[in-house]
Amino acid sequence: MAILSKEEAKQILDKVIGFSKADGIEASLGGSDSGNIRYARNSVSTSGEDSNISLSVSTYFGKKSGAASINEFDDASLEKVVRRAEELANLAPENPEFMEPLGPQTYGPDSKTYIEATAKITPEYRAQAAANSIEPATKKNITAAGYLQDNSGFSALANSKGLFAYNQSTSVNFTVTMRTNDGTGSGWTLRNFNDVGKLNTAEASKIAIDKALQSRNAKAIEPGKYTVILEPAAASDLIGLMFGGLNARQADEGRSFMSKKGGGTKLGEQLVDERVNIYTDPWNEELPASVWANGGLARKKMDIIKNGAVQNLIYDRYWASQKGVEPVPFFGNRIMQGGNASLEDMIKDTKKGVLVTRFWYIRAVDPQTLLYTGLTRDGTFYIENGKIKHPIKNFRFNESPIIMLNNLETLGRQQRVGGGFGGASLIPAMKVRDFTFSSLSDAV
Amino acid sequence: MKRRDFIQLAGMGAGAMMLPFPTFGNSVDASRLLDPFMDTARKKQLADIVLNTTKALGASYTDVRIGRYLNQSVVTREKRVQGVQNSESFGAGIRVIANGTWGFAASNDVTPDGIKKTAERAVAIAKANSKFQKEPVKLAQTPPYGEVSWRTPIVKNGFEVPVKDKVDLLLNANAKAMENGASFVNSMLFLINEQKYFASSEGSYIDQDIFRIWPNFSVSRIDRASGQFKNRSAFSAPVGMGYEYLDGKAEDKIQGPGGVILYNNSYDIVEDATLAAEQSKEMIAAKSVEPGKYDLVLEPSHLWLTIHESVGHPTELDRVLGYEANFAGTSFLTLDKWQSKNFKFGNDIVNFVADKTQPGSLGAVGYDDEGVKCKQWDLIKDGVLVNYQAIRDQVSILGQNESHGCCYSQSWSDVQFQRMPNVSLQPGKNRLTPEQLISNVDKGIYIVKDGSFSIDQQRYNFQFGGVLFFEIKNGKIAGMLKDVAYQANTQEFWNSCKQICDERDYRLNGAFNDGKGQPSQSNAVSHGSATTHFSGVNVINTARTI
Repeated sequence: MAILSKEEAKQILDKVIGFSKADGIEASLGGSDSGNIRYARNSVSTSGEDSNISLSVSTYFGKKSGAASINEFDDASLEKVVRRAEELANLAPENPEFMEPLGPQTYGPDSKTYIEATAKITPEYRAQAAANSIEPATKKNITAAGYLQDNSGFSALANSKGLFAYNQSTSVNFTVTMRTNDGTGSGWTLRNFNDVGKLNTAEASKIAIDKALQSRNAKAIEPGKYTVILEPAAASDLIGLMFGGLNARQADEGRSFMSKKGGGTKLGEQLVDERVNIYTDPWNEELPASVWANGGLARKKMDIIKNGAVQNLIYDRYWASQKGVEPVPFFGNRIMQGGNASLEDMIKDTKKGVLVTRFWYIRAVDPQTLLYTGLTRDGTFYIENGKIKHPIKNFRFNESPIIMLNNLETLGRQQRVGGGFGGASLIPAMKVRDFTFSSLSDAV
Repeated sequence: MKRRDFIQLAGMGAGAMMLPFPTFGNSVDASRLLDPFMDTARKKQLADIVLNTTKALGASYTDVRIGRYLNQSVVTREKRVQGVQNSESFGAGIRVIANGTWGFAASNDVTPDGIKKTAERAVAIAKANSKFQKEPVKLAQTPPYGEVSWRTPIVKNGFEVPVKDKVDLLLNANAKAMENGASFVNSMLFLINEQKYFASSEGSYIDQDIFRIWPNFSVSRIDRASGQFKNRSAFSAPVGMGYEYLDGKAEDKIQGPGGVILYNNSYDIVEDATLAAEQSKEMIAAKSVEPGKYDLVLEPSHLWLTIHESVGHPTELDRVLGYEANFAGTSFLTLDKWQSKNFKFGNDIVNFVADKTQPGSLGAVGYDDEGVKCKQWDLIKDGVLVNYQAIRDQVSILGQNESHGCCYSQSWSDVQFQRMPNVSLQPGKNRLTPEQLISNVDKGIYIVKDGSFSIDQQRYNFQFGGVLFFEIKNGKIAGMLKDVAYQANTQEFWNSCKQICDERDYRLNGAFNDGKGQPSQSNAVSHGSATTHFSGVNVINTARTI
């Protein structure tokens, strides 16, 4: 077991700090027990377990710092790692951007990131979860390929200024791709939870099976600009990428979509439709996150985009000190406000459009405009006069989430999605006009 | 390549550099990377404990990899060192077949007791999974090699070069870029050493010492008045070489079309950073491309990525069979196309060779991670699909009885599986230089260095960008273009291949971090080609206003 309790972690970290002879020291301890099972061709292909625990120590003399890490925890090893970090700090060049560690912080109440049932997943559970996905597929002449990964971990941080922080979390991530045996249909689903009790691989697999059957024998339609209904996974893939660009320093330096012509940033300016509201909240019941970030900075509930205007950029402590603002840590989660419309409502209100299950192979084309390219995958359908008419061949798109969120028509209901490029988020399905599909793909 | 394989370094530029290898392992001081480690005799003793344990528990096959993986990264921006990281990761991964099913377990506890427990866990996992196993594992024969060893033929061990020398080299390159008008510059050097000991229940004990190196930078120029910015990345390649790659020898420099300087077996980072800063100004001022059909002339530092995505991935047999269906995807190169013996992947001048032996390449090793001796083989011959990439548990599906030797795991803690070998386009048979090739093009674009890339899950439809784009008009370079990306269908694209320069122009490029599998693993792979001409490819304009 690589999971230490709060008391066990504090005891080790206190000991480490006690060994320090430097101007100051910061030590972090992290461990995880994880397991996975992978299946394809209706049979288990690989599975395994991994257990890891590691201590990282960073010490400093003035503006010179050094870091070392170790995975042995007897007193001699703990002292050795501190000495090694001190030697490295002595040899290091001065870093003009070095920041001393934070003093004690006040964090909000713990968020419910840890669920014991998830920490107790066994190889037998994983094998059964895979079987529950494979069996319904074989009955329908479908080939299942899926992956389940569970993780139980902790992280703790302490420094010579008296800061101590601890968090324990669990997660389970399940994805499955169902392909019809004639190779003409494919469906997919994703489930991501802290609590394995919410996971039902049979239920998730049924959705993917239905999509595979419905997407058989897709027809080609002309590429061009279409109204699209993006399921939450598809919306999250594109919008999640936007958060990587919300870095204050890059914006100030002129190399971000948030940089303004002539200098300065677009912080506070309306960039997208005023119905777009995105915030971060570590205490969200559906998507809890750690209440502290790297270095021990406290996370708060905070607007990211309000009424279409970016409200907060990420400031590391150095850049915040240069700009005279409070530091803002990486967002622990992203929650986009949704609406009341169901997917069926949105389809009913669409004269002509495309329903997208998910996107694939999204890559940046131009960081200046956040232009991305990628393709639809595993269930793309043509909508006409309020009904799904037929499955269509996949499209390549070239689109920017900024342009897309300016063309917003309707917000649907929220769903938790995770494991995509932007990390876990709570995001609604959405209808968007004039989405740019630039070519067709024969891929199923 | 997969974005999720990268760990972003805090505080670095947008789209700039990330650590191109998995960041497992412990941080150590640089001298530790030179320490001799556990001797081979000791590793053999431990391996034998595993082999005896699993045999007693009923495993029909076992392999154990005792691995020590060393990484060093030196990262700078402008006048400042942002980070020097040395890391070491040591442990053992054990793979077994029990009841016809694979099981895998790994641990960093490499004591006789610890490794025995891990071996027992691997067998227990195999047995748990075997309840739902429908296709028992069938391994192709491979000869037992006894006790053998292999080492990358390096001249200078990069880990022996003082960190200060590396920092000085990068800061010197940064200074040249800034002197020549760069707004920002990030530069970095990555070194990898894999010390791998492999033993199997079939009688192989293989000790290997593998080296790779990658210098890189990103020069940014910002035009505040227009609000535009451009990044010019380094024209270096990640290579399977020692520190001699940074010698920048005169004989390894190539004067290319459009005034570019290209590099072959060694690299001059200071010269390249100087030119990058100058070219970044032209990149901003360049004419925005008129969309339409163009002939493309693709330089090897660009073409490698198109080869990787459109040839390397679809010829992986595990993708063809559906083992990657839930993640990387499947392949349009289905078995019936291969069985027909006449599927025209490309036209007659298109020949692709898979290889795990080419000196200087990232894929070169003596033996793969399941103990198979490495080799070369044809994938596409005279335009026709003739073979795939396959390992021991899948090659029999092709009616072949010998693994291709391309099994790899990124660390001791991950299970090994089929990974891409070097896949290279063979040079043209007739003497042809890039200048002569360009003289045959009326309306075209010459593209240098890889940029944006995206391809569908069966590898039909792709879109690629680049770094430098030169317009070709009536056989001559006519200035720089911007906002260029090309889209094509793989088979149509390789059938539109018109001319390939000869072997004098053949160069390798590649990536440290090709991603595949769940959980995702990185693989280092090279792709060689000479400058190549494709006719009538669809080019789009990527400029937008937000």
